[in-house]
Amino acid sequence: MENCYCAGGDDPAVDKEDEVLPRTVRKEHFGTFVEALMTAYQVMAPVSKGPQFAFEQIESPEDVGKIRMDYDITILPPKKFLMPQYEELLSFSGRGPEGVEAAVSATPVAMLGIHPYDLHAIATIDMAMCQSPPDPYYQARRSTAFVIGLNIDNYANEHQFMADMGTIDPPEGGFDLFLTDLGDRYYMEMGTELGSKRAKDCRVCAPAVAKDHADKQAYDAAKLANFTKRLPYNTRYLPELLEESYDSLIWDAIAKRCFSCGTCTNVCPTCYCFDVQDKPNLDGKSGVRQRQWDSCQLDGFAVVAGGENFRAQRAGRLRHRIFRKGKFILERTGKLGCVGCGRCSQHCVAKISMLETLQQMADQSVTLDA
Amino acid sequence: MPKQVARRKRKLPDSPYLPRSAKIVEAEMFTDLEMWMRLEFEDGEPIEYRAGQFVELSVYGVGEAPISICSLPGKGDGLELCIRAAGDVTSSVQNFTVGDKVGLRGPFGNGFDMDSIAGKDLLFVAGGLGLAPCRSFILEALNNRDKYGSVSILYGARNPDNLLFRKDLDAWRERQDCTFMLTVDRGDETWTGNTGVITTLFRRIPKIDPVNTVAFIIGPPIMFKFAVLEALGMKLRKDNIYCSLERRMKCGLGKCGHCQIRNVYVCQEGPIFNYAEVVRLREGI
Repeated sequence: MENCYCAGGDDPAVDKEDEVLPRTVRKEHFGTFVEALMTAYQVMAPVSKGPQFAFEQIESPEDVGKIRMDYDITILPPKKFLMPQYEELLSFSGRGPEGVEAAVSATPVAMLGIHPYDLHAIATIDMAMCQSPPDPYYQARRSTAFVIGLNIDNYANEHQFMADMGTIDPPEGGFDLFLTDLGDRYYMEMGTELGSKRAKDCRVCAPAVAKDHADKQAYDAAKLANFTKRLPYNTRYLPELLEESYDSLIWDAIAKRCFSCGTCTNVCPTCYCFDVQDKPNLDGKSGVRQRQWDSCQLDGFAVVAGGENFRAQRAGRLRHRIFRKGKFILERTGKLGCVGCGRCSQHCVAKISMLETLQQMADQSVTLDA
Repeated sequence: MPKQVARRKRKLPDSPYLPRSAKIVEAEMFTDLEMWMRLEFEDGEPIEYRAGQFVELSVYGVGEAPISICSLPGKGDGLELCIRAAGDVTSSVQNFTVGDKVGLRGPFGNGFDMDSIAGKDLLFVAGGLGLAPCRSFILEALNNRDKYGSVSILYGARNPDNLLFRKDLDAWRERQDCTFMLTVDRGDETWTGNTGVITTLFRRIPKIDPVNTVAFIIGPPIMFKFAVLEALGMKLRKDNIYCSLERRMKCGLGKCGHCQIRNVYVCQEGPIFNYAEVVRLREGI
């Protein structure tokens, strides 16, 4: 097993320009690359979870073999590392203001094998959480995270529509390194200086040669052929179409099947709503104030003290979610609210499909004149 | 064996979730359910706020609740709140007394720039607990009386036991430079004032110039619906009628999502909206 020198230090013989050029790493050396990553980061990579996949921490070199870079899609998106399901905001030691502390854990995490659509989703949540005022807890995790994307060349299932949402390729600046599987090796594109440095310092990451570039081009051509569009309209019209469909009966029709279970929002890579609750300790005095994932689909999301519910109708909640994904998030952040990953549709208890909903909108006409 | 990466805990003094400590310096139960208090910040730093803004009140171990500021806007070392016991936090704070401390974050919300309506005739319509945020607007107008045209104040409560800010009500009634009218939905044996819903007071407002009048209607949604019809009936412009639309507000920072009305985060772009915006929002009322 070759040793990987990730010690850093510039080799004066290497031209600075070479730092942005792609590299390759052979699959039999990939473990070495990951182990080097583990000396600086908690590495999160896709592993199998029953018949499905999930991002889990690779805790020891022995676990490196468990990494499934050939995964189709994970159950939960990578947002769980940047915005954990439960996150402590403050701790307090009693009823009074003494001993109240804001605490942030900034354990550097390396997110390995993130598909392009998930990279787009991370960019969306980045924008949302950094909008004034910026969220220091998210920023701490995001600024210390190392992101390694992974290319895909085909849809994983019938629910996905990345081609329509423009997420088959990663966003500009949305990764530190980006890998493409070329069979016996990974083609490694540089994204940031941090990524370039790690790749340059890594003995198993060799500069890419002509054959590598040619194979990558072949991959891209095959990819383009596979990713056919699945919506009958260009998604640039989606915000308009949604606005016109506000009074449509489609929402009631779909809502009849919905359980308001919140699974869709749970697995969605661009959802970031949360609740904040105080959790007292058993001593009855100290405790923490934590935030936890919440869902606009749950009945109590818009309930105020006194009992008034400002979104009591299931159809209203469902419509709100689709509007958020197709229109509001885009308008507020400039980034995509839906990346076409299909997770919501794949996991919906009632088999409600985002793709089908968006397809049906094209058939809907609000004005009923012939 | 890879090195274990140490977990770094950092104190973040500027975490927007960290409340400022405030001491209760005065408190009074207005009713069985509503408690008024004046609070001063412990750190000696001032707070600056506009009419219509709110704060997040913390009771550690219980939680946080959004409460409208009901005192005169401006810059000072404290503020006043009028809190109805409706949930965990608001019920728990009623056990507090003068000298106790709570956490306050804010001010949040867009508030309203009263300078923008200098010279206008003002109509304040407050229903129930809506008088609390409305008082902030009223005090601003009455404390800078020369800045504005005529000032009319309408207040409606369910019954005489529900009346809030009685000292202010008396003071407003005494003033010669404003019109004050009060009604209760249902009186009791000793009640000699008006009875009936607040809309019944509208026809008693002295003649106003509808083009020059700005109305603030703050109260429960059902009251707003009918009061705004009266205001429109008086030919007030849609964009000269303001209300306070409140929703479940948690973070106050436009992040947690609970306060959304369609594409609007009430904690940032509200709670003060003009009626033209409310109509456009569709899910506003």
